[in-house]
Amino acid sequence: MMELKKLTMTEASALLAAKKISSVELCRAYLDRIAAVEPKVSALLSLDTESVLAQAAESDARRAAGKTLGPWDGIPVTIKDNIAVKGQPCTCASKILKGFVSPYDATVISKLKAAGMVLTGRANMDEFAMGSSCENSAYQKTRNPWNTDCVPGGSSGGSAAAVAAGETVIALGSDTGGSIRQPASFCGIVGLKPTYGRVSRYGLVAFASSLDQIGPMSKSVTDSAVMLDLIAGQDERDTTSLPAPIPEGGFAAALKDFQPSLKGMKVGLPKEYFEVEGVTPGVKKVTADAIETLKSLGAEMVDISLPHTRYSMACYYIIAPAEASANLARFDGIRYGYRSPNANDILSTYQDSRGEGFGPEVIRRIMLGTYVLSSGYYDAYYVRAQKVRTLIRRDFTEAFEKCDVIFTPVTPATAFKFGEKSDPMQMYLSDVFTTALNLAGNCGISVPAGLDPDTHMPGGIQLIAPSLAEDRLFKAARAFEMTRSAKELVAPL
Amino acid sequence: MAASSKGIDVAHIAALARLEIPPEAAGKLSREMESIVGYVEMLSELDVSGIEPTAHAVPRSNVIREDAVRDSFPREAMLANAPATVDQELVKVPQVLAEEGMA
Repeated sequence: MMELKKLTMTEASALLAAKKISSVELCRAYLDRIAAVEPKVSALLSLDTESVLAQAAESDARRAAGKTLGPWDGIPVTIKDNIAVKGQPCTCASKILKGFVSPYDATVISKLKAAGMVLTGRANMDEFAMGSSCENSAYQKTRNPWNTDCVPGGSSGGSAAAVAAGETVIALGSDTGGSIRQPASFCGIVGLKPTYGRVSRYGLVAFASSLDQIGPMSKSVTDSAVMLDLIAGQDERDTTSLPAPIPEGGFAAALKDFQPSLKGMKVGLPKEYFEVEGVTPGVKKVTADAIETLKSLGAEMVDISLPHTRYSMACYYIIAPAEASANLARFDGIRYGYRSPNANDILSTYQDSRGEGFGPEVIRRIMLGTYVLSSGYYDAYYVRAQKVRTLIRRDFTEAFEKCDVIFTPVTPATAFKFGEKSDPMQMYLSDVFTTALNLAGNCGISVPAGLDPDTHMPGGIQLIAPSLAEDRLFKAARAFEMTRSAKELVAPL
Repeated sequence: MAASSKGIDVAHIAALARLEIPPEAAGKLSREMESIVGYVEMLSELDVSGIEPTAHAVPRSNVIREDAVRDSFPREAMLANAPATVDQELVKVPQVLAEEGMA
């Protein structure tokens, strides 16, 4: 019998094709696993088992009739609760969207359905994707499958925990400032933030529209490439999606029969990232080992500089809340979502519904965003931050003249304990390595590198590539994954 | 007024954001906001004169499609999530204008 915690899309596909297992059997095995571990992990906000089994039965019927929709037909995928699936709840882990049922599919969901994938549970997250620990969910605490005293990271913590705990084969998350890469690192899985515009945002509940991007969270680098092949592409419903076709044959095809060698690849080490204070000795050790692994693969390490690194968090915490305050204005208690029982005129409908419906972190960000956009402060904060964003982008452009990919840690420390970061500012700073590339629009991947010798929790490395150069990420990440000293990183749960 | 991290008027910002903030929460919120604004003020160290602002990380241009009639969502599907409706046909809202102000 297969090991659900390790089973990848590629392996599941082979089992299904060889008729060693049916989709119903596969999905049933995962439903059993969910029933067994969810009481400890709490990764899912909702799960419609009947729908899962019905989708699986349809997949099996297609296969029996010789009408399979391709290699991924019948494989379960878990979706973050801010991506719309028609007929399923979409709460963004917020009380303001309690009971909301999506009337349509996000473009990425239409694509997964066209590939025959089975849509399973809705993954927990920080409310409206604002947070780094899932502690901002209005509904439940998701626990890290490596140590249930620890957070799974965030905001896509439910997706990460579900994959790591073997509750699903693969998941989708979203990343605005690290929300895919940080939880992937905390849970010991792979997480990809595609280039801004690579994947349609239609049907993704907007947090910060110029930064948000949907991406895969998977057990292997190849699976992330497979998933990107499935979900990428320009979409007439998202004017910011790029007219950039994926490479001939797809990203995943390049990883078949792959020889792990990085000869000729220049890997940049940005000195500012290695000067950040508060990086733990364990993370430093994992990072240093990873650099040795990359060298052993033939990569040439190059010292580079991203001089405005120190300003990226400040820039992010102006731009993201500003955009959020505008995006979240749509939650007004009128057409959908929560309406306060105290609503008795237009103003109280807005103010009370929003005040009661949003949680503390969302309110903080809306307030901050409103503040930096308000009269008298707009130029001093918002426009200045946009100019600094230009400088940050320029840093990356210049750095990529000297190297093919950039190597950094993902987080300053491995997964922290619940309640450990009670001050918002302290929580924000845990994203210090991940936000700059959202501002620049580059792509980045978080790859498990090994266990932190002190905390015994997984630590990851981040690779960053220029816009639309995901192929470089996959190549470097796959070579690293095949060569890293920690062969298997499987959560003990 | 010059930008300053001190003295954020929470009530004013909350009114702009259409958020009801209970008075007992305002003090803490104000302190947290001041701490964050104090942090982001480091951007004032940088000379940004002559730098173009970036609103989007990718080049943007107008995307135009043919103006053709297409199916939209059925009304009942869109109203299914409304907090209150009139006969499943209209969104029901509290009275917008005060009684005496009505013509």
